[in-house]
Amino acid sequence: MAARVSIFVTCIVDQLFPQVGMAMADVLERLGYRVDFPEDQTCCGQPAFNTGYRAEAARVARHFLKVFRDQEYIVVPSGSCTSMIAHHFQDLFQDDADALAAAREMAPRVWEFSRFVLEVAGVEDVGARLEDIVTYHDSCHALREFGIKDGPRRLLAKVDGLELREMDAAEECCGFGGTFSVKLPEISGGMARTKIDSIVRTGARTVVSVDSSCLMQIQGALSRAGIAVRTLHLAEVLASR
Amino acid sequence: MSAAFDEKVHKTLADANLQLAIYRATGRLIDHRKHAVAGAALPDYQALRTQAHALKRHTIEHLDHYLEQFERNVTARGGKVVWCQDATQVADFVLDLAKKRGARLIVKSKSMTTEEVDLNERLEHHHLESVETDLGEYILQLAHQRPYHIVAPALHLTRYDVGDLFARTLGVANETVVEKQTLIARAVLREKFLAADMGISGANFLVADSGAIVLVENEGNARLTTSAPRIHIAVAGIEKLIPRAQDLATFLKLLGRSATGQSLTVYTSFLSGPRRAGEIDGPEEFYVVLLDNGRTKLLADAEKRQSLYCIRCGACLNHCPVYRKIGGHSFPWVYSGPIGAIITPQFMGIKHEPSLPFASSLCGACAEVCPVKIDIPKVLLDLRAEAKQQELRDGANRLERLAFKVWAWVMSHPRIYEGAALVAAGLAPQSNGGWLRQAPPLMNVAPVRAWLSQRDLPPAPNKSFRQLWRRR
Amino acid sequence: MSREHILHKVRTALGREAGQAIGDPPPVRLRVPEVDAEPRVAAMLRAVEALAGKTHRAATAEEARAYVAAVLGERSAVASNAPFLRECGITDLPGVVTGFTDAMELRAQCAAADVGITSADYALADTGSLAMLSSPAEARLVSLLPPVHIAVVPASRILSGLDELFTVLPHPAEQTSSMVLITGPSRTADIEQILVRGVHGPGEIHVVVVASYASA
Repeated sequence: MAARVSIFVTCIVDQLFPQVGMAMADVLERLGYRVDFPEDQTCCGQPAFNTGYRAEAARVARHFLKVFRDQEYIVVPSGSCTSMIAHHFQDLFQDDADALAAAREMAPRVWEFSRFVLEVAGVEDVGARLEDIVTYHDSCHALREFGIKDGPRRLLAKVDGLELREMDAAEECCGFGGTFSVKLPEISGGMARTKIDSIVRTGARTVVSVDSSCLMQIQGALSRAGIAVRTLHLAEVLASR
Repeated sequence: MSAAFDEKVHKTLADANLQLAIYRATGRLIDHRKHAVAGAALPDYQALRTQAHALKRHTIEHLDHYLEQFERNVTARGGKVVWCQDATQVADFVLDLAKKRGARLIVKSKSMTTEEVDLNERLEHHHLESVETDLGEYILQLAHQRPYHIVAPALHLTRYDVGDLFARTLGVANETVVEKQTLIARAVLREKFLAADMGISGANFLVADSGAIVLVENEGNARLTTSAPRIHIAVAGIEKLIPRAQDLATFLKLLGRSATGQSLTVYTSFLSGPRRAGEIDGPEEFYVVLLDNGRTKLLADAEKRQSLYCIRCGACLNHCPVYRKIGGHSFPWVYSGPIGAIITPQFMGIKHEPSLPFASSLCGACAEVCPVKIDIPKVLLDLRAEAKQQELRDGANRLERLAFKVWAWVMSHPRIYEGAALVAAGLAPQSNGGWLRQAPPLMNVAPVRAWLSQRDLPPAPNKSFRQLWRRR
Repeated sequence: MSREHILHKVRTALGREAGQAIGDPPPVRLRVPEVDAEPRVAAMLRAVEALAGKTHRAATAEEARAYVAAVLGERSAVASNAPFLRECGITDLPGVVTGFTDAMELRAQCAAADVGITSADYALADTGSLAMLSSPAEARLVSLLPPVHIAVVPASRILSGLDELFTVLPHPAEQTSSMVLITGPSRTADIEQILVRGVHGPGEIHVVVVASYASA
């Protein structure tokens, strides 16, 4: 009887980068899991929370708590969304004991995708194959809130045919920051351009990270600069055969 | 966001030389710190941070006790504590003392607190000559500019700027060799040190059990400022207290390394009171000005009072990708970078510069390097929530609030979310996979335009994830 | 009164009463490593040299004196009143003046001298620092005004580091109005981040460690 995991694909993947969600599901199935997609899922509420609208974020968070109340494993292809659920839901419910308890109870059940593969499935080599030269961008929330740094690199090292080149300042923020990207676009754009300069210096053809929002920011900047480097989510790399 | 802020940011971003100067200077400091706190260099770095945080927390939460203990000990050593509520009281005290003692020339060592209260301006207004003696601060004083960075105040100026400045203000030949410029300043300032009636310093730490102040520096100007003149006045915020001299073993190991990568700065002075009987030199009078100036306001907020733990190392500035783009002068107050972004709204009110709490991608690099573990991103998020509460009360930014209310409603109703998504997808142009330079029809709204001002938009996929999943 | 005003605001902000007791602060954290005498000296000298200071290891007082004489050359020097300097015969080297007890006279001499010679109360091996306490034996300005500073220190005064310093000297304020830790020559990088030495304090320092000297 295969173990079950539920996936929370995130609103940005659902609407803009569905292939990331499909890739993640493929990888999880290949690892022997039965993948469940609760259809009532929408968003984790982070955009509202980051902009200062806590009541609105709490409303969306309550919906999330309901949808994912019972699953043993909730796997998420995003460090920032995982951080919202596992850490910041608790900031939203200081005045609501039940919701706070539910948020606390949920926290250990939520897993960012790469950590799930390494720590729950216990696998480093998922049998992927991709001929490419890639560089890895350390997404901020994944890095600083979950210590995700070596994990994705170990997974990438086991991908057949893949060469990984480190960029300078891999840990430097890409400049997305949620609504920051549109409230302070000049600064956000400047940060993106610094990031793509680092990328270009590696000679890599593909940028990989564990967060689609980072990849959207980076790809948007690469495209605007006319640079023919593509972006792939870690799940897409690991799903490649 | 605020027009004043945007203007300053735009100017800084457009200045390629300045961008390079900021990036290089902060990059160097990042590297130096990294080597100084790495495994072998400082194996108990994390434990020291934890200890420093705990010490600051304890001190701040019992600040009245430690203030009184400090005052008792300063007095016991022959010094005097002067309590000042605001900038005016600080200036009044100095002016009054200068008058009583017939003091006309003052030398100053680097102190953000004295910048905060505009001390030099106030003294100059009363015809007292008050000379900055830290090289960077001296240059800025001549140029009538504010510091650009806590540790590297003149990082935005080139040697050519300095050459021009010295020629114009000191009447010397235009010299562009940095070593020679330094010698010029040294000669001018040496005369001031030896002639000054009064020396004013800041304080990195106030030590409660000793009635002592601690000053860290690399040049020697703080030592001269506090040893040559007959009178020494140290000006410090009330939050600078630490309980015991022995706690310096923790703080000193963190401060130099976090700021510049030095295990200790060249000079670390532990000063308590005027010179003692038998000591040959040193000041005859010793004063410590304890400044509130709004710190008690921050103290009142249990969640945000951690902002007062700051030991002014500058590490958060160096590591902040936003600071590294916009520099120190984009900030409205003397404190810049992440620490400036969290304390300015608390001291001045959010309306002083509404952009500040939002001018961050919340990357967390600051919190990672803060030696006293201030959770800067958390405070920023708290300030953002407060800003929105304030807007609600003012009836401001109604469109944005409405948009988020609608968004929250949609996101709480999955079928409505799916319906809205279908509509949006229907409006989007058919995608060939290429990213977009222009807004899709009916989507030319402000956030989309803001996005497009800097980068291309992702194309809408032909099917959403859930549509694909259902067909699987 | 500002004092009452501020204290009142502090107490109100914290929800505390005047005179209210406090819990214990976090215990002092001092970790003093076990380091033998020889490695201490070696570490001290290495650390000073890494800071662009010059060092000399003297087996005897005479050797120390000879080194100082060589550094001095024809230059003028002010020596502090540290007994150790007298014991090493340094204070009667040609060109050296000492014995000042008047502040203004001392200052004038230090401002004119090429070299300042002191001992030190302690030295810190891990950072290469000198710990100098202001006293009748050591004035502040001798190690500060002249452009060159020579410190002559018995090896027995070298501690392992800050933790040991604050273990043997938990209350510096009881001893002196001024304790300074000197870690290398004066420096700045304020203009274009270019390093320049000797801005206000001495740009050249020499640390002479006198090995098996029994002086306390």
